[in-house]
Amino acid sequence: MRNSFKLILLALLAIGASAVYLFHDLNGSFDYALPKRAIKVAAMVITGVAIAYSTVVFQTITHNRILTPSIIGLDSLYMLLQTVLIFFLGSGHVTVVNKQVNFILTVAIMVVFALLLYRLLFKKGNQPIYFLLLVGIIVGTFFSSITTFLQVLIDPNEFQVVQDRMFASFNNINTDLVWLAIGLIVLLIIYAWRFTAYLDVLSLGRENAINLGVSYDSIVKKMLVLVAVFISISTALVGPLTFLGLIVANLSYQAFKTYKHSVLINGAILISVISLVGGQWVVERVFTFSTTLSVIINFVGGVYFIYLLLKESRST
Amino acid sequence: MIKVRSLSKFYGKKSVVEDVTVNIQRGQITSFIGPNGAGKSTLLSMVSRLLDADSGEVLIDQTDVRKMKSNEFSKVVSILKQSNYMNVRLTIRELVSFGRFPYSKGRLTEEDERCVDQAIEYMHLTDMQDSYLDELSGGQKQRAFIAMVIAQDTEYILLDEPLNNLDMKHSVQIMKILRQLVDDLGKTVVIVLHDINFASVYSDRIVALKDGKVVKDGPTRDIIQSDTLKEIYDMDIPIQEMNNCRICVYFSS
Repeated sequence: MRNSFKLILLALLAIGASAVYLFHDLNGSFDYALPKRAIKVAAMVITGVAIAYSTVVFQTITHNRILTPSIIGLDSLYMLLQTVLIFFLGSGHVTVVNKQVNFILTVAIMVVFALLLYRLLFKKGNQPIYFLLLVGIIVGTFFSSITTFLQVLIDPNEFQVVQDRMFASFNNINTDLVWLAIGLIVLLIIYAWRFTAYLDVLSLGRENAINLGVSYDSIVKKMLVLVAVFISISTALVGPLTFLGLIVANLSYQAFKTYKHSVLINGAILISVISLVGGQWVVERVFTFSTTLSVIINFVGGVYFIYLLLKESRST
Repeated sequence: MIKVRSLSKFYGKKSVVEDVTVNIQRGQITSFIGPNGAGKSTLLSMVSRLLDADSGEVLIDQTDVRKMKSNEFSKVVSILKQSNYMNVRLTIRELVSFGRFPYSKGRLTEEDERCVDQAIEYMHLTDMQDSYLDELSGGQKQRAFIAMVIAQDTEYILLDEPLNNLDMKHSVQIMKILRQLVDDLGKTVVIVLHDINFASVYSDRIVALKDGKVVKDGPTRDIIQSDTLKEIYDMDIPIQEMNNCRICVYFSS
């Protein structure tokens, strides 16, 4: 029962971090500052849920603990979309300025892209999943190259707007969007939760999973679609942040040392909420907004990634 | 009974299994033998639904396997492949508990726990049931996987080269356990073997494959004959009878 103790501890930490973020230095501004902070915390929680869930699931499906869903090119597609919109329609256009329109448009295009990619790859019988990853890398690189090309040509003032979208940020979150995203994520989690036990079996590999009566191919496809939808929602809401998933998933594996996804996923979700809320607090109070959250996450995550690589190479 | 009806599998234009028709009797050990690349593992994979056949059908107790639900199928037929790489760290008991997944969907009932206990006991793993798989020797690991299949409690048990990389002692141990499963518990075992002497000593029937086709199919005594083996392996294999076992002396032929 030590794992449930750890989960409770993490939950308390997450609540504690949120409380500090909400109430520190509030100066009695309950009407103005508190709702603004609350909506940020809500955004961080749903982003944390989406990223943690999708990364753990993606790593289980691919049997690889140093991959994140960004490998199928969704992050680069997001950047391409934003750049194309600003390049061709201008930073004053409704699809750029209006956050709701931008959000819905981005989620729709990302999900459609993911579905097309899967359809293309799974049409010819059952291709190995690594084929999907390879195509994803190529498509992602292609998107990034076009993005860079457009960014070189773009007007410097417009580029400021593009650059703003390149980093995940919880400042200036749109309240209506957060409610919409919460609704979507809750529905998806309710749908996804029944597959948790199946994920445990998937981690035994394809052959063992089929032997144990799991319709492997159909479950993997469902999970890949779910991952794409989760990533699309969180990226469209705050920007590219999938690197966070790598850190929180691996921290969760290390902390819980179990194969049970019900524990691993909840652990990863709590860790990501703690790091997002904690990181945002550091950005606001220590750095006084002179940097962004994703810079800090990428820095810490990068160090941790190198540590993981060194550790893995030592063990073999 | 498992009925395989003109089953074929092609990779590109090359056929790996071609028009194979075989009946597998209940309550027996049936061995698939044959040279490398004969299609033994592919055939086994198609029977167990790991691989889709390009044509033909597999009937299990008169039902077409494609019409069975995955979960129902996994209560009737289990398969163990030769390579079992996993990137999760499990104890023996956790692995064997997975054998109950078709019944319990991850929430073990008391009856499931009892089946797991029995399976572990049966494979003589009780003392080390909380050890991690990566700490075990090859033989212990193989026994743990077989324990999982026993916990799955299926009528048919298919095994793809379970003796791979095992020494003589552990190979004999595994074969004896399979024999017990058939004789004591009434299971049906289908096994891909490379060593024809294990096939000769332990199996009831032998199916010999070559170039994707069945070349011989019959009771063990009829297959373990010098002229039949020459047809299968292109080798002169003298056969000696010792203690009622027919031993193929192929080492210096």
